[in-house]
Amino acid sequence: MTAEPRLSPAERSGIVRDGIAVGLATGAYGVGFGAVSVASGLSVAQTCVLSLLMFTGASQFALVGVVAAGGAPLSGAATALLLGTRNTLYGLRMAPLLQWRGWRRAAAAHVLIDESTAMSVNRPTTEGARLGFTTTGVAVFLLWNLATAIGALAGEAVGDPRTFGLDAAVGAAFLALLWPRLKDDRNILVGVLGAAVALTMVPITAAGVPVLAAGGVAVLVGVLSKRDDPTELPGTDDVAGGHH
Amino acid sequence: MWTAILLACVGCYVLKLAGLSLPERVLSHPTVERVADLIPVALLAALVAVQVFSDGTTLTLDARVLGLGFAVVALLLRMPFLVVVVGASVVAALARLV
Repeated sequence: MTAEPRLSPAERSGIVRDGIAVGLATGAYGVGFGAVSVASGLSVAQTCVLSLLMFTGASQFALVGVVAAGGAPLSGAATALLLGTRNTLYGLRMAPLLQWRGWRRAAAAHVLIDESTAMSVNRPTTEGARLGFTTTGVAVFLLWNLATAIGALAGEAVGDPRTFGLDAAVGAAFLALLWPRLKDDRNILVGVLGAAVALTMVPITAAGVPVLAAGGVAVLVGVLSKRDDPTELPGTDDVAGGHH
Repeated sequence: MWTAILLACVGCYVLKLAGLSLPERVLSHPTVERVADLIPVALLAALVAVQVFSDGTTLTLDARVLGLGFAVVALLLRMPFLVVVVGASVVAALARLV
């Protein structure tokens, strides 16, 4: 990598600025997560631990969403893990670009999320990718955790989630997370089928199971579908604050 | 609850670290990639449906549907996340007042 041209100071500050902008925009989701999580019945401490240690938004929302619907905590954990598998695919793409070993790789893994991937996967050099990944990852981590705590304390002050319609916020939050993925016909089909399967299962299974059953739709369509489809890595347009 | 939280936290970290550590060819099969791309779509859509149209093990229709309707309009108008979520709450809360 020594033959690569070094980044100019202007390029460096541009990458840093973009990373911080994404961090700030993601903070807004963090407030939503904190409030929704407490409304779902988790304590403030449990909510903050999820943001500190799990640190992958869709999985966190999924765990509290399943619990909010009356599901067993372990069903929530299983749903969170299924959603966490996409970070594995991001990692496979990012590893050759970042070229980190040892403790740096272990630390980088914690902040391997949609946003840090989106802001670094298209950088042509390892130096640029590392800078975009680190800045975005650290900015999102700090602001996501700060925002989670604020949202959780605010949610706790509200008390009964139905008072301000916080129970309706959960569905809206999931729809907002799903929205950017509905650009493609096959994704729309899978979304409609997943929702239909889950609702069919609601009266006949324990809460939490219907959402996991919808994962079966993804497996079935993925196996039967023939169309070639490279991994959908998030781009800068797909993350909050990243559209420049 | 704590057990489930900590198990899921450890599991999610292992999934991330595995991605950075495994050789790319291990998982780069078209079917694996298609399934992994479709899982978030199916699960998020199911979560929307279950959150809005169910209460425990019964299907229901209540003020949350109006909140979801607001969210669809707000997303079509490309409004920011907080507007979508807070607006849906306010619409549902107002609907319960009348």
